[in-house]
Amino acid sequence: MSRKSEVFVVGGGPAGLSAAIVAAKLGARVLLVDDNPMLGGQLVKQTHRFFGSSARDAGIRGISIAEKLRMEAQAIKKNLVVQLNTSAVGFYGEGEAGILTPERYEKVTYERVIVGTGAVENSLNFENNDLPGIYGAGAVQTLMNVHGIRPGKRILMVGSGNIGLIVSYQLLQAGVEVVGVVEAMPTIGGYLVHASKIRRLGIPIMTGHTIVSANGDLGVTGATLCQLDEKYQRVPNTEFEIICDCICLAVGLSPLIELFQQASCKMVFVPELGGLVPLQDGNMRTSNPRVYVAGDASGIEEATTAILGGRIAGARAFESLHGPSSDAQKIVDDAAGELKSLRSGSTGNRIRWGRERVTQEIASC
Amino acid sequence: MNLRIEEHPILVFKKGRKVSFTFGGKKLEGFEGEPIAAALHAAGIRLLRHSPHKDRPRGFFCAIGRCSSCMMEVNGAVNTMTCITPLADGMTVNMQKGHGVIEP
Ligand SMILES: Cc1cc2nc3c(=O)[nH]c(=O)nc-3n(C[C@H](O)[C@H](O)[C@H](O)COP(=O)(O)OP(=O)(O)OC[C@H]3O[C@@H](n4cnc5c(N)ncnc54)[C@H](O)[C@@H]3O)c2cc1C
Repeated sequence: MSRKSEVFVVGGGPAGLSAAIVAAKLGARVLLVDDNPMLGGQLVKQTHRFFGSSARDAGIRGISIAEKLRMEAQAIKKNLVVQLNTSAVGFYGEGEAGILTPERYEKVTYERVIVGTGAVENSLNFENNDLPGIYGAGAVQTLMNVHGIRPGKRILMVGSGNIGLIVSYQLLQAGVEVVGVVEAMPTIGGYLVHASKIRRLGIPIMTGHTIVSANGDLGVTGATLCQLDEKYQRVPNTEFEIICDCICLAVGLSPLIELFQQASCKMVFVPELGGLVPLQDGNMRTSNPRVYVAGDASGIEEATTAILGGRIAGARAFESLHGPSSDAQKIVDDAAGELKSLRSGSTGNRIRWGRERVTQEIASC
Repeated sequence: MNLRIEEHPILVFKKGRKVSFTFGGKKLEGFEGEPIAAALHAAGIRLLRHSPHKDRPRGFFCAIGRCSSCMMEVNGAVNTMTCITPLADGMTVNMQKGHGVIEP
């Protein structure tokens, strides 16, 4: 069986969903696939109120933003086909992809593809880092906020970025004891509002410390920590053990990029954006003119920027097929303006540097 | 302590019907449609397999079907990603040896 689409969107997170909504509303025939049973990507597990621009969902819970986008997609009666529980497994030749539905393997043909596959969680090097009971922060959120199951009774959090801080708070809400947050840097990584919230509830944040080992035979029963000096070297004789039954790693994400590599998109390593990402221009188009990118797959950032990048990709993919459109241009102008203000100021520095690198080099290839 | 969350300040969990399944021959209960690994976890089981080369104990890590740490034998099918495979009534779940063996 083979399916035809003008714009094929991979991933139903905030980026892919926004891209699909925009492209379909402008008039392109869109097929969206996501490998989960529900649309929304990472947002379906985010119970906290979001930080972001006020025009775009600041102060709203992630789960509500997902719901809003789902409703918007459902209201589109023509042009948009959504196929859940379905993975895009490969790109072949020009404009052909393979998808795996619960029933069968199918071929998809497309004029443009927008890849919004999101990211995978990083692990960290320490002794016994593969013991049962060590989970990524996303996994903890999935287990707890989607399935209603606690990861354990006493948990150690590694990483004090916003994700580590927010998930620590969510763990408390679910009735799990958080024994502490370990952070290698001398200062807390995330926003102080999140840090103060968990500190007030008695959770120690141990900056300048790292995890040396996870302890236990068949599963975690504790962790050994130690102090780090200003060069991030372990300070001898400062090891101590903390008793816990699980460990949560919140040490960053890496873009999910296999599909870009299959489509021969030129890649570039940009640490500020989480690692290898496809080169892309300001219109979210990669070095392969059929392939657009949006969201965390284009560089690790956040849901608000994923939505905006997705809107730009959807509008530009439409225009590349149907010619210039003032409606599409307005969507792009509005989104680009919002992105600029979101990435302004000192907290946006790293992202701005990173984005300058991915968008500059494409001109020369 | 029960690992299942009974009360939550923000969320309500809609669960499927209660079903039974076996793990290593032992009868367990879980809710239809939740991932097999989640049902096992709620039943206090987090050792899901041993690594093929060094025989190290492994549980799930990513819970979104990316890292392959949770692969088990389900209804005879080896290398099933239990963190994203929904639980169904009467399933037979077992730990697998190494990469598993596919009968010809
Ligand atoms: C704990 C935590 C807290 C956060 N807090 C905030 C916050 O307060 N504010 C904020 O703005 N952002 C926040 N974020 C970040 C935000 O959630 C992400 O940046 C955003 O979800 C990225 O959107 P996306 O669409 O790129 O990817 P995702 O949301 O990851 O969606 C990608 C989707 O694509 C699917 N997929 C991947 N590959 C395939 C394939 N081959 N075939 C089919 N489907 C596929 C995935 O299963 C997934 O559903 C937080 C993230 C975390 C983990």
